[in-house]
Amino acid sequence: MRRFIYEISESWKIAVAQMGSNKMRSTLTALGVIIGIVAVTLMGTAISGISIGFDKSMAIFGDDVLYVGQWPWKRVDDWWNYRDRKKIKTEYAEPINRMIAATPRSNLTVAVPTSSVYRSVKYGDGEVNNVLVRGTVSDYVITSTFDFKEGRFFNELESRGGANVCVVGYDVANALFPSASPLDKSVLINGQPFKVVGVISRQGTFLGLFSLDSIVVMPLPAFQKYFTAKSEADILVKVTDKTKLAEAKDELIGIMRRVRGLSPEKKDDFSINEQQALKSTLDPIKNSIAIAGLFITGLSLFVGAIGIMNITFVSVKERTKEIGTRKALGARRRTILLQFLIESTALCLLGGFIGLALAFLMCFLIGVGFPSFPVHFSTDLVVVSMVVSVLTGLIAGFAPAWTASRLDPVAALRYE
Amino acid sequence: MESFDEALNIRPHGRSVIEIQDITKRYVMGEEIVHALRGVSLRIHRNEYIAVMGPSGSGKSTLMNMLGCLDTPTSGHYQFNGKNVAEMDDNELAEIRNREIGFVFQTFNLLPRSTSLRNVELPLIYAGINPETREEMAARALQKVGLADRMNHKPNELSGGQRQRVAIARALVNNPSFILADEPTGNLDSKTGGEIMGLMETLYQQGHTIILVTHEADIARHARRTVHLRDGLIESDDYLPLMETEFVISSP
Repeated sequence: MRRFIYEISESWKIAVAQMGSNKMRSTLTALGVIIGIVAVTLMGTAISGISIGFDKSMAIFGDDVLYVGQWPWKRVDDWWNYRDRKKIKTEYAEPINRMIAATPRSNLTVAVPTSSVYRSVKYGDGEVNNVLVRGTVSDYVITSTFDFKEGRFFNELESRGGANVCVVGYDVANALFPSASPLDKSVLINGQPFKVVGVISRQGTFLGLFSLDSIVVMPLPAFQKYFTAKSEADILVKVTDKTKLAEAKDELIGIMRRVRGLSPEKKDDFSINEQQALKSTLDPIKNSIAIAGLFITGLSLFVGAIGIMNITFVSVKERTKEIGTRKALGARRRTILLQFLIESTALCLLGGFIGLALAFLMCFLIGVGFPSFPVHFSTDLVVVSMVVSVLTGLIAGFAPAWTASRLDPVAALRYE
Repeated sequence: MESFDEALNIRPHGRSVIEIQDITKRYVMGEEIVHALRGVSLRIHRNEYIAVMGPSGSGKSTLMNMLGCLDTPTSGHYQFNGKNVAEMDDNELAEIRNREIGFVFQTFNLLPRSTSLRNVELPLIYAGINPETREEMAARALQKVGLADRMNHKPNELSGGQRQRVAIARALVNNPSFILADEPTGNLDSKTGGEIMGLMETLYQQGHTIILVTHEADIARHARRTVHLRDGLIESDDYLPLMETEFVISSP
């Protein structure tokens, strides 16, 4: 056992010395592995970055909220079946809340209606286009997780009365009021003035695609007064215990069927959505990244492995006499096999390290250049890369190492 | 490990280290069968200094490979310190080579990128000796061949003679049963060659067993016993008369 350890450490030293004296050759040989590791790392980074970015983006909605809508949050192939569904109306919130209150130990807390359109928001000479304008009630603040940079959410009185007040998102506030506080100022939407009572603190972007801060929230009666055309309504329902999401969902389906007055044989004509379901819509994206990444990785590792096998064969040929000498001095077959396996593995590990360093650099540059793009460099990836490198080395090195170990010492010594 | 004093006590003709009996070796080269050895018997004792001579094709190299346990005979017996080598597998042969035989090659066969010390340590690594002891033993062996001041030099920083001394130190470091030197002066000028043979003589005086394989009579003359091979058979096996050996006036 001790001899085995000494042989391994000796082989490592030889391998490192070999690479040191053949720097150019080693690096070129490791190129395939380098590309493979860069590919696998960037792929992993992109996939986990998307998940993390998604989680961060979804945090604003809270994972204890169910969304009643006309459409499910997933791709549907039979869209025509959903198109003709009755629209969800904000008025549903009231009967839903009544039924929740009538149910003992309900899994649901409160239903909040929302209705949204995209409009321009103006203040003085400033204008922001395509702002999500949302009408809702004061309870909306319960279903969301955002904080206020300044001010407050509109209160119940303003909510019911439909006062011309609003809460603006970080981007809107920044664009229209670059230096002053927007509080108590009136912004114009559709030519109507709305007094700003609060500014939501920065939420970031959704997967780096669009800003979650380009939003204006106002009381529902006011919204309905000015923006009814083309508005999409959703009912947000907060769940009592998020570990019982399924029960809550069943309860909500029952309530909605009663609201819609569906007879038992009829199918649901609404969709209950949750954050988790939205997450699964990302799976196809993640899968295609994974397939492309794995293909590139596999191909470059395959080419890399052949390169390393080739160079190890060359190394065995070049050092035939050395192998003979080592055998004469008492090296066993196992020792020689190990030596060349370790050499090819060291080459692959070198490639792995360079690849990781490159991938890390790329992630860093992407992070600096496009801060909103989600990249995430995990330790798992480092481990995976190292394991892949070692395996490639062992597989690529086996045939040449086996040949070397089987050399006849007499013939090897005579080799010039 | 046996001390040198102990070894000195049993010279000149103590236990036999090598006992080969009727060894043959056949090779198949293409269509032709080559009889490299046709039945060689030899007994070599501890602290002998023996030269194996013969023209090329005489079976000299094949015999050397057998003695060095690099190859096994087609038939016949080979007893090494009482162990039957003919029946050993690859690993056992490697073990014997590692512990019992010190090889000295015509082309030195040093690892080009390793220092003298690391070159000499190599057999000890295969013997599973720990790094500290290894370095100590390698340093001692280098001292013995007069290279105490060249331990951290690489082969390309050494002269031919010095390289061969490193190789001899490497052969000695495991305190083997015998040193097998294959044309040790073949790549050296005559003056350096003389120095190397002087070192061999010293080692012999210190109690080492030396088998010298050469085709040069001048070199073979340093040995106390000369075996001539021809056509795969021993032609002659002569002990040098004491009168002629000016070196043998040595320690009691």
